[in-house]
Amino acid sequence: MLGKNAGGLYWMFRYLERAGNTARLIEAGFRIALTRSTDPASEWKSVIVTSAAQASYEAKYNGYDSARVTDFLLRDPDNPNSVLSVIKVARDNARMVRTGLTTEVWAAVNETWMLLNRILKDPIPETDLPEVLAAIRQQSALVRGALHGTMLRNDIYDFCRLGTFIERMDCTARIIDVKYHALLPATSFVGSSMDNVQWEMVLRSVSAHASFRWAVEGGYNAPNIANFLILDNRLPRSLAYCSLQLVKNLEYLAHDYGERAPSLEMAEALETRLKNRDIASIFDEGLHEFLTSFIEKTTGLGLQIEQDYRFSA
Amino acid sequence: MTQQKDHFSEMSAGDGVRAPYRKYQSWFAQQDVARLAKKAQEAEAFFRRTGITFNVYGQEDAEERLIPFDLVPRILSSSEWTKLSRGIEQRVRAINAFLHDVYNRQEILRAGVVPVGLVANNDAFLPQMMDFTPAGGVYTHIVGTDIVRTGEDDFYVLEDNARTPSGVSYMLENRETMLQMFPELFSQNRVQRVSDYPKNLRRSLEASAPAGCTGRPCVVVLTPGIHNSAYYEHSFLADQMGVELVEGHDLRVVDGHLAMRTTRGYKTIDVIYRRVDDDFLDPLTFNPSSMLGVPGIMDVYRAGNITITNAPGTGVADDKAIYSYVPDIVEFYTGEKAILKNVETYRCSEPDALKYVLDNLADLVVKEVHGSGGYGMLVGPAASKKELAAFADKLKAKPANYIAQPTLSLSTVPVMTDKGLAPRHVDLRPFALVSPNSIDIVPGGLTRVALTEGSLVVNSSQGGGTKDTWVLES
Repeated sequence: MLGKNAGGLYWMFRYLERAGNTARLIEAGFRIALTRSTDPASEWKSVIVTSAAQASYEAKYNGYDSARVTDFLLRDPDNPNSVLSVIKVARDNARMVRTGLTTEVWAAVNETWMLLNRILKDPIPETDLPEVLAAIRQQSALVRGALHGTMLRNDIYDFCRLGTFIERMDCTARIIDVKYHALLPATSFVGSSMDNVQWEMVLRSVSAHASFRWAVEGGYNAPNIANFLILDNRLPRSLAYCSLQLVKNLEYLAHDYGERAPSLEMAEALETRLKNRDIASIFDEGLHEFLTSFIEKTTGLGLQIEQDYRFSA
Repeated sequence: MTQQKDHFSEMSAGDGVRAPYRKYQSWFAQQDVARLAKKAQEAEAFFRRTGITFNVYGQEDAEERLIPFDLVPRILSSSEWTKLSRGIEQRVRAINAFLHDVYNRQEILRAGVVPVGLVANNDAFLPQMMDFTPAGGVYTHIVGTDIVRTGEDDFYVLEDNARTPSGVSYMLENRETMLQMFPELFSQNRVQRVSDYPKNLRRSLEASAPAGCTGRPCVVVLTPGIHNSAYYEHSFLADQMGVELVEGHDLRVVDGHLAMRTTRGYKTIDVIYRRVDDDFLDPLTFNPSSMLGVPGIMDVYRAGNITITNAPGTGVADDKAIYSYVPDIVEFYTGEKAILKNVETYRCSEPDALKYVLDNLADLVVKEVHGSGGYGMLVGPAASKKELAAFADKLKAKPANYIAQPTLSLSTVPVMTDKGLAPRHVDLRPFALVSPNSIDIVPGGLTRVALTEGSLVVNSSQGGGTKDTWVLES
């Protein structure tokens, strides 16, 4: 396979994942803003910060509110990470690697691009927001389904999955990091309504507010939530799950190509950091410090994958 | 332009229906027009969804457009096709012989059949190709000859398109669409297959691999990238042949061979079907600012380690000024009269011709010698007085840049309109594959149709559409 095409597939799925994550963040932010139990401006700000868009947002706007933040994150062409921008890049990548995709996957991406261009053409009134966000979620499920259902399990598939999990791991780590202060076990806050809202926001951002109730005994407290998001490999957005998937897909490539790449060593090291670990030791290390270093290592892993598989000359 | 009465209609003859269209006509008579209109919409939605689009330069909004597809097929009989394909084969053979000659002994120039100046001063003539013979002696591996019809037995070649003809993907997709929409038509009519084209293209390209290539040749398609107007076709052909679609930055010269960067290192390439113009092929030899080509590819080529299709410098044979000499070229190399006619052509470089053209501008079609895609041309009968005057100035300023031809009375084939069937002008682009041992012409080709009533411009960039083209079995 061409190195460029491996890169095209990887980035196509990073961007698709990013679009879904952004929609999920907006959904969580919107929900919090509706409950009015906290300061909506600061919630919207944390959504922007999590999306790594603070600088570009503040260059354009003064202050945070629902209409401007959602518009910036969904439609703004000046924001390279708006849903509309990333869907276009994802689709451009799909066109570039068209020969490596099944018709179903290509048609799903192309349809997604056509549909989102239509529904995100004009500013979204608040009343239409749930519908628009649902459409984005549905479209990304469609692409994912087409990928799972129709693609050969070969190196092409592996590069798609690597892009998905690098992006997802990075996003989950960022979400926790932006809210880490709320998760710190400071007794004075535990049980206060502000804390509960913050936790709910975090769980909703990774679509885990319902599964948390079912999967975790012992209820809403900081160690339980942090443990779930970081170490529980039943949760498909946890750091542990993502790193395990990265190891697996890099192993498939190593097997296929008959050669273990340096990126596999790095992924294994990341995964080992999470294995047989309890949350208390992470809190001891310092949650923020742990996450900062984890995000850096994820970035490093992404760059190593690009180099190992010759995405560019 | 107003519709003239005496255009040849390919479907109807007098009150009756011409033979190739009879079965189609009786099928059509039983169709519900509303159902057909719905089918047409389905086809368009399908094209959009699968991304069968082309990009139009200079149009920000409509970056990707559909080429309108008309669901009435254009039908040729087996005997019509036999004559056409023999004529194309003869012409393609002669053009290859001509290219080999002008880049080697130049006998045709010495014999005075083609003026030396037309070749020597031609921008498409590449001195780098002198005294070099490509693998198997083939220059034009893929040719798309543009043909128009004016009567029962009157076919004219309009252009030879010996560089990088496009449109074959539409030929294949149009047939696929028709098979899906109207399977019954294909059981009633015995239509010759076109679906082998990608397989034949790959075989033909492999057969032109360098002599030193051992094992199955590695073929790739080179595209300028996703923003090129024909990108869809490039990716379609690579996909259908099962070969990699590469861009310049995927390639480099490694140990005297062309190689592509894969996830596992560099892999040697034997045949490159490039959809990039000569000028952009090698920044070391041609346009130094080109990012689309590969530095050093011409050295690899001249060392005989890569086959470039079509060969660099083939443009010297499909120039519109050379075009007027093609019947002589055919006779010079084959000893036969050309089977297919040329359109009468006035070379504006010649003072008498220029005078005639200026005097009769309102009746003529004037084209740029190096132009393509319907850009920069004048359709005299459709132009306003102001446009004619402006064009006359351009002509006088640079006469050698233009040729002129009479406005042909192009044949018509019906298209579906809101009011039922209506005649529209068509042309035909059959595709020939040339390898060292054979010339293979796919039965049919791409029919382009001017969708505006009375219009003669069929180019997709100018609002033309396409039709499925049938050649019936004998």
